[in-house]
Amino acid sequence: MMQHLAPPLIRFENLTLGYDRHPAIHHLSGEIATSALVGVVGPNGAGKSTLLKGIAGELRPLGGRIHLPRLPRGGVAYLPQRGDIDYTFPLSMFDMVSMGLWREIGAFGALRHAHRHRVETALAAVGLTGFEARPIGSLSGGQLQRARFARLILQDAPLVLLDEPFSAIDSKTVDDLIRLVLTWHAEGRTILTVVHDLEQVRRHFPTCLLLAREPVAFGPTAEVLTDALLARARSLSEALDEHAPVCHRETEGVTTP
Amino acid sequence: MIDALVSPFLEFEFMRRALAGCLALALGATPVGVFLMLRRMSLMGDAMSHAILPGAALGYLAFGLSLGAMTAGGIIAGLVVALAAGVVARSSILKEDASLAAFYLLSLAAGVMIVSLRGRNLDLLHVLFGSVLALDDGSLLLIAAITSASLLGLALLFRPLVLECFDPAFLRGVSALSPVAHYGFLVLVVLNLVSGFHALGTLMAVGIMILPAAAARLWVRSLPALLALAPAIALASGIAGLLTSFHADVPAGPAIILVTGVIYLVSLALAPGGVIGARLDRRPHLEA
Repeated sequence: MMQHLAPPLIRFENLTLGYDRHPAIHHLSGEIATSALVGVVGPNGAGKSTLLKGIAGELRPLGGRIHLPRLPRGGVAYLPQRGDIDYTFPLSMFDMVSMGLWREIGAFGALRHAHRHRVETALAAVGLTGFEARPIGSLSGGQLQRARFARLILQDAPLVLLDEPFSAIDSKTVDDLIRLVLTWHAEGRTILTVVHDLEQVRRHFPTCLLLAREPVAFGPTAEVLTDALLARARSLSEALDEHAPVCHRETEGVTTP
Repeated sequence: MIDALVSPFLEFEFMRRALAGCLALALGATPVGVFLMLRRMSLMGDAMSHAILPGAALGYLAFGLSLGAMTAGGIIAGLVVALAAGVVARSSILKEDASLAAFYLLSLAAGVMIVSLRGRNLDLLHVLFGSVLALDDGSLLLIAAITSASLLGLALLFRPLVLECFDPAFLRGVSALSPVAHYGFLVLVVLNLVSGFHALGTLMAVGIMILPAAAARLWVRSLPALLALAPAIALASGIAGLLTSFHADVPAGPAIILVTGVIYLVSLALAPGGVIGARLDRRPHLEA
């Protein structure tokens, strides 16, 4: 599991996350190295989104722990799948993206000239120059996803969590956003991305975590995305059972088979 | 004509006081109403306005028509209901609207009961419909003080509040201010409802918050424009309502809210965001 030389940024210790006592993912142990680019894959209901939510601190573990020892406060940038964003709110694209600077300007800080310049640079990086004054309600799905990525650029976080950022978006936008993710990887950020398209994972993500309500495999992508392991993941992800017995498994630990 | 518009204010002190009260409400309550509307909490403002009744009534029961007691009672009752509804929504399976409805109905029933225990109907009318034409120094100072506090509070909360309305998940991710924004805003709502209730009564205090905001939303697209236009509409309705009340000898509170309502209906018909206005725009579309 420690195929990276870099020290771990995230350590899962027998982690169980879920809702109403039903685990969405249970008994996950392991480490994610600093600067890793990890594709999180698995069937529907495998606990991929739940894991990201847990790392972002949106969900308290039912058991076990998530250690983020070397991460500064506010060092996580989390992009939820849908998010409960109100796109009818009267806000311009520039205002929305500039809130990525929150860690620097906070609730009261002024948006200085240098900040404005950085917002414009971020908008340029996602190809949205010229759209600054547009109300967010008038943007297309692809443009909104680009804007959310521009906001991520400004958040400048060492750990980036992306929940299905490439679904339901045109292929040109997907290519641009993947290129952006690879840039962040090159900058040494640690990135966990939930991806459905296994081809995308094979092509761009060096490391892969395969989940099926429990960890199935974690390691170099070529060794994880094998037919045998994928079949195992599918068979493991049965439906949530109302009458499931109490889980007595203790520290089952690591995941590489 | 000019005479009819200006002389009531020049001649009568109570009209000038009422005008000052309307100005304060337009500056304090209406911006809060803009955010109520944008947070999709318009009806919640209505519920909260009923929730402050028993507090005011208890104050009235204990101390008679005392400004301080009724104000303190109203604020406490409003905060208790807002807080209780919030806590219940976060720790039970009930959503916030259901738990709020439960608490405000309880509160309203208790309020009406208390008022009728010891009150002449006139007093009940004062509580329900306010008395904008009879604002004394104390009431006027109170309304002005709440407006000042509210403007300051809104300025301090502004950025977290906008994020809390627009993308609460993002706010929770980057800061711990999400509950501060939510509950701080509820405090502002309660304060302004209490201030509005002295002038317009508990039933109509919400009108000066929501109606100008809704009308303004139909005309303008940006938040700063909204925050400028809505109070302007509120003040204009205040002046028009007071004059209507003066010349036609009708109650001032309902007159003010009715004028706001007419502005809203006209906006609904003619404004770019309205029902007919959107179809009248025949300008050719742009290149990009």
